[in-house]
Amino acid sequence: MHPTLVGAALSGALALAVPMTALGFSDRMHQPKSVVPPAETIDIPAGTLDYALPGEFLDSGRPAMAPSKRMAVPAFSIMKQQVSLADYDRCVAAGACAAPDAQEVSADVPVTGVSWLDAEAYARWFSGATGASWRLPTDREIAAAAAERFAGDSFSAGADDPSNPAIRWIRQYQQEAAAKRPADPRPKPRGHYGPNSKGLEDFAGNVWEWTSTCYERVTLGAGGGHAGTTRNCGVRVIEGRHRAYMSNFVREGKSGGCAVGTPPDNLGFRLVKEKISFIAVINQRLQDLLGLARRNDT
Amino acid sequence: MFTRRQALLGAAAAGVLGATLPRMASAAQVAEADIAGLPREKVALVAPPFVHAHEQVASGGPKVVEFTMHVLEKPVVIDGDGTVMQGMTFNGSIPGPMMVVHQDDYLELTLVNPATNSMPHNIDFHASTGGLGGGALTLINPGEQVKLRFRATRAGVFVYHCAPGGPMIPWHVVSGMSGTVMVLPRDGLKDENGRPLRYDRIYYIGENDFYVPRDKDGNFKKYETPGDSYADTVEVMRGLIPTHVVFNGAKDALTGDNAMKAKVGETVLIVHSQANRDTRPHIIGGHGDYVWEQGKFANPPAKDLETWFVRGGSAGAALYTFRQPGIYAYVNHNLIEAVELGATAHFVVEGGWNDNLMKQVVAPGPIATY
Repeated sequence: MHPTLVGAALSGALALAVPMTALGFSDRMHQPKSVVPPAETIDIPAGTLDYALPGEFLDSGRPAMAPSKRMAVPAFSIMKQQVSLADYDRCVAAGACAAPDAQEVSADVPVTGVSWLDAEAYARWFSGATGASWRLPTDREIAAAAAERFAGDSFSAGADDPSNPAIRWIRQYQQEAAAKRPADPRPKPRGHYGPNSKGLEDFAGNVWEWTSTCYERVTLGAGGGHAGTTRNCGVRVIEGRHRAYMSNFVREGKSGGCAVGTPPDNLGFRLVKEKISFIAVINQRLQDLLGLARRNDT
Repeated sequence: MFTRRQALLGAAAAGVLGATLPRMASAAQVAEADIAGLPREKVALVAPPFVHAHEQVASGGPKVVEFTMHVLEKPVVIDGDGTVMQGMTFNGSIPGPMMVVHQDDYLELTLVNPATNSMPHNIDFHASTGGLGGGALTLINPGEQVKLRFRATRAGVFVYHCAPGGPMIPWHVVSGMSGTVMVLPRDGLKDENGRPLRYDRIYYIGENDFYVPRDKDGNFKKYETPGDSYADTVEVMRGLIPTHVVFNGAKDALTGDNAMKAKVGETVLIVHSQANRDTRPHIIGGHGDYVWEQGKFANPPAKDLETWFVRGGSAGAALYTFRQPGIYAYVNHNLIEAVELGATAHFVVEGGWNDNLMKQVVAPGPIATY
């Protein structure tokens, strides 16, 4: 049976019968609205996207170009600006976030020097403080919101010559070196890099953004399908002037030693506001429960 | 016709004996008129990591090789974050340019201290003999110049540095004032059996440790003049932990567009100098085929090294033939210094891949179940 239908049927029947605490969001419902300033969001309507998938792809054992796929993106709302140092410092003051490694005097710069784990902690705190549900965007959502500023995999990972892996290494190295970085890596006041066509500000400036998307290594099968996938959620996709993959506890991109290439200047983030109704939340919880049950069955 | 030295070389059973002979000859007094009669060559210096054109095997007898360097005090950017240090340089580059001569040549340097500078400077050549390496004879104020000549009696790569006395010495050195002289044996480099070794390219990597003070927020401080930076800098220096360890004067000075280049099959001589602090060069994915770890060519080279040790205050030389294409990282294999402090350079090596040397037999994928 289709899980959405299961959920829809169950949620109607069970919503009133299931104690809210069992669904795990009574805290949020009763939390007082705080003085945390609301974050301005922009609405990205549902649409489709031609987009190079994140991750590493292998075809017949050789690195391959990331396949580009036309994908549907449901409507969502995303912060117009990156989370600022001042915003983040409120979370630090509340004891819910670790102090960032940001080195800046102005408070209206984007927070930098934050890991994926820091961003997650902020999303949890900010959701509680605002009474709304906030989370990191998926890589696909970032691609939709960043629109014409989205770079994705600017450096092709495809093997130019199957018999000589070094040709790809050198080409990629030279492409990355040629991709000029912003003249000044110090974070700029928010708005410095301006909005894109969707009204999203500062994307692809000198602050790269964490996504919720896990790193995957995909073995492509015949016809471009996925024949095998290794997922590593200890590493997340980062988007900005170019795509990068970073361990979730890293706060600063760096190259050096074996790690050749051009790292992000700074790591920051912005959040997506969940447009979920009460029913939808219950729906999701129930699906999770059902999913758990199904997994236990096998 | 044989010269006395060639005759003796022919009679010598071992190359090592031959290598000691010029030093004996150099001990004899030579009349100034004899030196005046030697051929002279004026060489234009080039900025590192490159080295001026030179013969690997001397085609003639000893000569006087003339160089000129200007001392330039100037602010330099030493990392990608725009950190500025009040630098002191020989000829505007950190490290100072390499000077190449052959054993028994005379190196004659005109050192200029332009009036725009604020401090006295001099030069101490580790390759020279006496007079504090020339430091005692070359101390000049802004607006002065001096000319020093020394005989290159020993073959090897040698550090030179500014040594204007007392606490000025380490400060000038860690502000950038060091470089390298290479004294080649007249008949070129040789392996442990005395057979000739040649190089297709030479790269000169000067490593520097910098000590930039921070403000109370942990940000690197910027000073208007070298004098303004002195007291704070000495305090950091006395902690002995550098804030930067870099090649060619700045983090990433030898990566990306400025990465060093070579081709598969080419032999590269890599000279590595560090005027102040120990370092341990390593080519990630390569080796040192022949390494003069102490940098002195009268000693047979060590072979097949993975990492070599260059003592602070010396230069070393490694000969390597690239056998596989790709990107090679050349690092100080204290990897904290390589990655966190900046001691990383890259070689971009083009050519055909050799599956016999390395092959990915099975690409990464899910763990196989049997």
